[in-house]
Amino acid sequence: MTQQTLIEVTRLSRYYGSTRAIHEISFEVKRGEVLGLLGPNGAGKSTTMQILTGNLAPSAGAVRINGIDILDEPKRAKQAIGYLPEQPPVYRELTVDEYLRYCGRLHGLSGQRLASALQRAKQRCGLSEVGHRLIGNLSKGYQQRTGIAQAILHGPDVVVLDEPTVGLDPIQIREIRNLIKSLGEEHSVILSTHILPEVQSICGRVQIISQGELVLNDSIEGLQQRMHTSSLTLGLSRTPELAQLRAVDGVQQVEALGENRFRVHYQPDNNPAERLAELAVGRGWGLHELAPERKTLEDVFVDLTATEPSVEVNAA
Amino acid sequence: MRANVIAGRELRSLFLSPLAWAILAIVQLIHAYLFLIGVDQYLQIQGQLSMIEGAPGVTDLIIGQLFASAGFILTLVVPLITMRLISEERRARTLTLLFSAPLSAFEIVLGKFLGVCAFLAAMLALLAAMALSLGLGTTLDLGVVASGLLGLALMLMAFAAIGLYLSSVTSYPAVAAISTFGVLLLLKIIDLATSADVTQPGLLSYLSMQHHFNNLLRGSFNSSDVVYYLLLTGLFLALSVRRLEAERLQS
Repeated sequence: MTQQTLIEVTRLSRYYGSTRAIHEISFEVKRGEVLGLLGPNGAGKSTTMQILTGNLAPSAGAVRINGIDILDEPKRAKQAIGYLPEQPPVYRELTVDEYLRYCGRLHGLSGQRLASALQRAKQRCGLSEVGHRLIGNLSKGYQQRTGIAQAILHGPDVVVLDEPTVGLDPIQIREIRNLIKSLGEEHSVILSTHILPEVQSICGRVQIISQGELVLNDSIEGLQQRMHTSSLTLGLSRTPELAQLRAVDGVQQVEALGENRFRVHYQPDNNPAERLAELAVGRGWGLHELAPERKTLEDVFVDLTATEPSVEVNAA
Repeated sequence: MRANVIAGRELRSLFLSPLAWAILAIVQLIHAYLFLIGVDQYLQIQGQLSMIEGAPGVTDLIIGQLFASAGFILTLVVPLITMRLISEERRARTLTLLFSAPLSAFEIVLGKFLGVCAFLAAMLALLAAMALSLGLGTTLDLGVVASGLLGLALMLMAFAAIGLYLSSVTSYPAVAAISTFGVLLLLKIIDLATSADVTQPGLLSYLSMQHHFNNLLRGSFNSSDVVYYLLLTGLFLALSVRRLEAERLQS
């Protein structure tokens, strides 16, 4: 049950005229997974989500939601999807209750089922207090929550959220992240974001899209691995000779960072941290800092999305 | 069928906006004024009419006139009601909600159409009540009244379908309104070019909405007139469906 594939995307492409929005993207999402879609502006995140939710027809490729092709049987497939677009699709002249009831009816809920779904969605999104208020009078954060409530109201298998935490304050962001995590337990969730820590805190898997292509598809653990680098920062009180540092076994290169701090690059399988510490103590350099450097997710992101041209140069 | 859900919300949103109430009030006021003028004029010429054999009756003169004027006034008013149907949803990006819901484009279009028709029916009911109030003082030819109302209802349906289509091609309500008005007016006056020869109605007069409306106003029920309006309505509804389906392909 937990391994059931809910979303299956095969070789999806979409062109706007001659502009390529996304190109041959394939991936799968299983039940109980939260997938983070990362990418710079205009990379094709929203386009991918629009295609997944049946708002846009792909130029090529197929999308299966719970085994149902969204182009062949759009109604059945859409019944299993909840979608929050970039801008929450709310009617400003309706109250939160009226709006959510309308959304529920559009998905075929009625009577007692509608009432309980409404209660549950409102409670999960923290909207219980504002049910009778006009959406137009609510703050951006509450409108966003209403948008999320709309997406989860009918208990869809797949929840697609396009930048769900935009416009929320830090406390609301935390609440929404917890909500997404709990949604991820029973449903599949795909969310796009440009807030990198968000991905680290809620997603089980990450995909990075750049210029319409999938450049990374990895679990969070795999991503952590990528974030390990082979360098150390070394902080000393007295200036040593760089040659002495270079002579240590395993050290490839030493960069002076100023103020007696150095970056030591080493061979990946030969960490010289221990030997450096011994040396520093033995020579009385006054060791006060010795730390492995870690790339942030941001570095990985920038590496993956910005190095593409240089890869081509190397190949040529 | 979830079209009725959309129709319900459409109607509700219409009545939540001051525009709909303002339109209802103003249209009713103008109809009432025209009605009064009609009654007044009839009373003035009543004596002379009684001397003419086969003269038109009170129903033709007052109610026929009233419905004819209403047909013209509503050309101006319906575009204002239909302009927001889809363009506003596109502008506010709520169209996504409908596209992501398990609905076909046909259900969306039908829902919108039924919603606006319900509003127009309310307007027509007010007009009908006014016309029938004349029955308190005199005897009406109910057949002519019914035929006139049917004509007006059919014409309003066609108006709504045309407005809906033009609202689906733009994201600017004002553009939808002015183009709807243009099309409605053109369809009304298209037979002016051929009006010299009334005995032989040509293609242009068949296309004219006014031509078919006039027949029904006179109380002559002809299925070709009814079919004309139904065809026109169906055509523009189908165009709207196509337009929405194309939206997913182009955007």
